[in-house]
Amino acid sequence: MKSRVTPAQTIGPFFHGALCRAGGERLAAAGSAGALEIGGRVLDGAGAPVDDALLELWQTDGRESAFGRAATDGQGEYRFVARKLAAAPLADGRRQAPHIDVSLFARGLLHRLVTRIYFPDEPEANARDPLLASIPDADVRARLIARLEASGRLRFDVVLQGERETPFLDV
Amino acid sequence: MIAFRTDDREVHPPHRWPDYRSTRLRAPSLPRVPWIHSPTESTGPNFASHAPATREADLTARHSGAPLGERILVTGRLCDEDGRPLGGQLVEIWQANAAGRYAHRSDQHAAPLDPNFDGVGRCLTDADGRYRFVTIKPGAYPWQNHANAWRPAHIHFSVFGPAFATRLVTQMYFPGDPLLELDPIFRSVPEPARERLVARFDLAETRADWALGYRFDVVLRGRDATPRGL
Repeated sequence: MKSRVTPAQTIGPFFHGALCRAGGERLAAAGSAGALEIGGRVLDGAGAPVDDALLELWQTDGRESAFGRAATDGQGEYRFVARKLAAAPLADGRRQAPHIDVSLFARGLLHRLVTRIYFPDEPEANARDPLLASIPDADVRARLIARLEASGRLRFDVVLQGERETPFLDV
Repeated sequence: MIAFRTDDREVHPPHRWPDYRSTRLRAPSLPRVPWIHSPTESTGPNFASHAPATREADLTARHSGAPLGERILVTGRLCDEDGRPLGGQLVEIWQANAAGRYAHRSDQHAAPLDPNFDGVGRCLTDADGRYRFVTIKPGAYPWQNHANAWRPAHIHFSVFGPAFATRLVTQMYFPGDPLLELDPIFRSVPEPARERLVARFDLAETRADWALGYRFDVVLRGRDATPRGL
């Protein structure tokens, strides 16, 4: 039996009570071995913070996997705790650099946006990662790699539109 | 490794839809980066062992009294394009109360809150992909998109499916609502696919002397028979 796919609609601004729970931002226990803080801001095409976005993070190395979900705050800031997992290779055997998949939902987004967070301490793996390699512009490609801040936190800003627009994936 | 079909542009709304004002500064302008499904996209979170409590599927029975409004049953089946039932899947819903007000600090609509209704529900689908919620019919409410703009009554749905690739957030509408043809969010969906967002009144699901039944099936992307290369 062939059925027809249900269309997406915006998550709207009122999802918090349904979708956000305490601890949802933890893909790894805070303070556990390898746990990293990953955070940043979500900004719109005018550079204004998006204070009603929901981010979902998903990572797997083929054995272990982790999921997290958190909303942006009044300043458009989000925060997760995660570990770096080795990424499983593609079906054709090509290796991927460690990464975390991101779904982004918000009022004004009629359909989710998908992007990836790569790690700044993996220059060699990043250089041969098939997704990063498919983005010809080095400046655009670099927007998928988190920055290490002095505090040790990884910073990954998501810019929805404009000159510094984050690359979004067609999955 | 199971592969999934790609996103269908004939089904989903475009990111930029100027009639829906909030898309203007939020819709990306660059084309999306083509990508095959790696194991990250072909797998996803599994909530089957974290079943919500049964009472989370009854939005009318979680407070000291019954909420105001028209009691309804909302039920349907979660499956993929090939009709494969998706069992053990988390379904999350949220909605306004009968007066058209969300129990949310950002909702400024001058309509009463209902102390017996928070508008939030969760359940897992059964082995046949079926879910069922007891709730009340949400009210329409005004919003600031354009002059005299009103959202048609709707219930928000969030489902995952078997993989990161199949994740879907959508809204269910009610049949016969005159606001549908005026709503830019509903109208952002390509015309032939819009009707899939409208639940059907279902007499077979209607419980005599108790509640009207509505049926809303949710269909996610199917598996891809031919693995794609980049």
